[in-house]
Amino acid sequence: MTVKAATIPTKEQIEEVATDKTLFGFWVYLMTDLLMFAVLFATYSVLHGSIYNGPSSNEIFNLPFALTETMILLVSSFTSGLGTLAAHEKSRKFVLLWFGITFLLGLAFLGLELSEFSKLVAEGNSWHRSAFLSSFFTLVGTHGLHITTGLVWMLICMISVATKGVTKSMVRKLTLLSLFWHFLDIVWIFIFTIVYLMGAL
Amino acid sequence: MNWKEFILGKLTWNDLPHEWFTLGGTGAFVVLAIGLAIFLTYFKRWKWLWNEWLTSTDPKKIGVMYIAVAFFMFLRGGLDALMIWSQQVLGASNMPGFLGAQHGYLSADHFQQIFTAHGDIMVFFVTMGFLFGLINLVVPLQIGARDLAFPFLNSLGFWLYFAGVLLINMFFVLGGQFGATGWLAVAPLSELQFHPGVGVDYWIWSLQVSGLGTLIGGINFVVTILKMRAPGMTLMRMPMFTWTSLMSMMLVITIFPILAMTIALLTMDRYFGTHFFTLNNGGNQMMYWNLIWMWGHPEVYVLIIPSFGIYSEIVSTFSKKKIFGYPSLVAAAAGITLLSFAVWLHHFFTMGAGADVNSFFGIMTMFIAIPTGLQIINWLFTLFRGRIQFVSPIYWFFGMVSTFTFGGMAGILMAVPPIDFQVHNSLFLVAHFHTTIVGGALFGIFAGFTYWFPKFTGFRLHETLGKYAFWTWLVGFFISFVPLYILGFMGATRRLDHYAASTGWQPLFLTALVGICILALAVGIQILQLIVSIVKRKELRDTTGGDPWDGHTLEWATTSPPPFYNYAVIPEVHGRDAWWEMKKQGTAHKPVKYHDLELPKNTPMGIYIAGFIFLFGVAMTFHATLFSLIGLFGAVTCAFIRAFDDHSEYILPAAEVEKIENRLRKK
Amino acid sequence: MKFHKGLLKSYIIGFVLSIILTLCAYLPVVYHVNSHHENLSHITILFIILPLAFVQLFVQLLFFLHLGQEEKPRWKLSMLVSFFSIVLIVIVASIWIMQHLNYNMSFIQFNNLMKYGEGF
Repeated sequence: MTVKAATIPTKEQIEEVATDKTLFGFWVYLMTDLLMFAVLFATYSVLHGSIYNGPSSNEIFNLPFALTETMILLVSSFTSGLGTLAAHEKSRKFVLLWFGITFLLGLAFLGLELSEFSKLVAEGNSWHRSAFLSSFFTLVGTHGLHITTGLVWMLICMISVATKGVTKSMVRKLTLLSLFWHFLDIVWIFIFTIVYLMGAL
Repeated sequence: MNWKEFILGKLTWNDLPHEWFTLGGTGAFVVLAIGLAIFLTYFKRWKWLWNEWLTSTDPKKIGVMYIAVAFFMFLRGGLDALMIWSQQVLGASNMPGFLGAQHGYLSADHFQQIFTAHGDIMVFFVTMGFLFGLINLVVPLQIGARDLAFPFLNSLGFWLYFAGVLLINMFFVLGGQFGATGWLAVAPLSELQFHPGVGVDYWIWSLQVSGLGTLIGGINFVVTILKMRAPGMTLMRMPMFTWTSLMSMMLVITIFPILAMTIALLTMDRYFGTHFFTLNNGGNQMMYWNLIWMWGHPEVYVLIIPSFGIYSEIVSTFSKKKIFGYPSLVAAAAGITLLSFAVWLHHFFTMGAGADVNSFFGIMTMFIAIPTGLQIINWLFTLFRGRIQFVSPIYWFFGMVSTFTFGGMAGILMAVPPIDFQVHNSLFLVAHFHTTIVGGALFGIFAGFTYWFPKFTGFRLHETLGKYAFWTWLVGFFISFVPLYILGFMGATRRLDHYAASTGWQPLFLTALVGICILALAVGIQILQLIVSIVKRKELRDTTGGDPWDGHTLEWATTSPPPFYNYAVIPEVHGRDAWWEMKKQGTAHKPVKYHDLELPKNTPMGIYIAGFIFLFGVAMTFHATLFSLIGLFGAVTCAFIRAFDDHSEYILPAAEVEKIENRLRKK
Repeated sequence: MKFHKGLLKSYIIGFVLSIILTLCAYLPVVYHVNSHHENLSHITILFIILPLAFVQLFVQLLFFLHLGQEEKPRWKLSMLVSFFSIVLIVIVASIWIMQHLNYNMSFIQFNNLMKYGEGF
């Protein structure tokens, strides 16, 4: 949105333009992040067969486990959306409630993922074993790192909301955060499909 | 891990400089630093430097800093080139080697580090630096904006670039080796098995850090151009340089994630023992080349597309005509941008993908010549029946037409896979890409620098010296690179530290060396031109009030130099070549009513974050865990502090604006 | 608390649809695996789960990220379309190229060449 005529912009118009720019800029950043995942997906697809006498995908993936993770993340994506709505209503109570639930669900997701990783490592199937395992751990691990970053961000935002309430800049930050969180769920759809579902074949 | 390893990693006493080149390099830096410190202390300019330049978020200041740093890296890269060719001349004789080398004066390993550094410096730090500088300076003015979309990120991007510069030069001081792998660090040569030292790690971190800066800058420019144009400036009314900057930056944001991730995969192999590109455990080295060229090919278009925009501006201004075929120029630039994603395999035709794959990419490569040729036709038609003014920017344009076309034709030759099999990785290839990048991108940068110099300084560059510089460049360039085309056809493989004297090629190498010395002279003339212009700035002063070339686009509407906020009132645009229209309609100098401006404050946060990331880069190179953690933690903390800073802007009252405007326009 | 009715509806629809789509992809694969890979060929499964993933992508883009509802000019959408095309090029072209490279020289041959210099 640009200032339409060469008139003096009001404070609200300046604020709106700034928010619009920030949201768009963050969207562009998410697109670049998408491309990084694309490289990981491409590498995973190419190296999927390079098992080097180690386990192949249908030997190590547990489908019900993956479904649980998927559902947890999906619910958390939904609750983060509700949290954003609460932020627009400037409701401190419900922002903390919905983002709190999102945080706990995200933590649960991470916990499950870490348990899957440590089980594989304990069996001797760490990322040192083969190119396939390297690309699996890196693809899913990068997603997990993004989730971790999101959780840290969420925690800091919740502390800020708890102490200073839902300010205008906080609404913007929470909108960006939930954009990020939705994006991570979208990437997970493809990890679930390409890594776990296709991997079980 | 014991305490020493945790704190110092792999660092030993042996990593301090003790060879002739590391001592030389470190010595040069120390002398430079001391010289700078003395200069700043004597003229009492420390605070001025910090407040006016280093912490600035003004894209004009950041642009100048980019260009200054890029220029220093240009000198370093040029020195590398001189070393390469003197080595070839000496090595192609029957003389025994000296300074510890078997042939010439550089050992094979050292020679490989030099050509690696030369490539990385010239692509990442020189050309990208110059381009980011020019785009920062010019594009906000051209679209009628006061600043970029994210001023702080602009500063951060520059400082990350600078941190990358420091990292790529750091090996002189600590470590003593750079990667000896070629500029793209091909796997498996760059894996731990063949490169256990810190050389490749320096490569990794300098490119990752500066790549992050580039990506941030790219996002910034794209959002700026899409969202912050003056009212009335639709996309099809934008100046050509803005269009090409937009396309180039769109390419940047699409490809730099690919580079970052590919280098990250190599990093994981080296640091965490994964097997993406290793020789064992299933690694696929060819995937590295596939991914890195997916980045590498569009990258060369990133470098050249803005220069095409510069030529469009120059050709139209100096033939006193509107650019011929603006829509087709935009379409051509868009076509090149899109097609650049469909050709990357031509860098590895010989890797064995078979006829289907090779022919697809060969045909797509040939297609890319079409929009490029279209652009040249449009420029020539603009000149046709124009009142051409033969100033040095136009000379650079003509230099481009001859040189770039030459190199482009060599490229078309190599687009045919069977022919490429003969000349792949030969000096013919080296000659091709130098001809296109120097003739296309670099000449454009020189032309743009000369063209826009008066806008930002208030005085023009010395014209005669500019012409001398151009001719010296042109002659020197052809003398340097035509021998390489010949040598390539005769079978000279690239990247060899010496060619046997029995080949009889020494005269050709000698010719090339003479050419490079002429190029060094040309750069010397350019430096002289700058110094003379500064000394004679009163004579060369722009007395037209900001429009010395009778320009077409909005940047010429401001004073020279413009006020730091660019436009007191954002202009309204009613057509293409907005400023030319305004001059013709007589609305050029309408008095305006001033109002308060909200502007970004200066901030040192960019320096702090980049500083922590620089520490992270050095620490990671030596596996010094403690400092890596400090660097990472520091950078992230600073970033969060900055993100929660709600007071990053200040108000410039209307009265102040009026005072500044009156002062500038009275000159 | 009052919610913006339209947006809340959008999230709920998106959520329910996503659950259904996920299960629709999951169940055939489990069926196939439990029958020891006898029922439902791999190709059939691929033709089920991949389109379902893309449908869920669109569902989430529309209902969670409100993608269709920008005012003109639709920059976010253009960005998404451009980047998504590049994503497809990166993934599909990499698979195509790498398969061809592997066709002309099998992995075993390549490995032997690298380790023992055999083959060429």
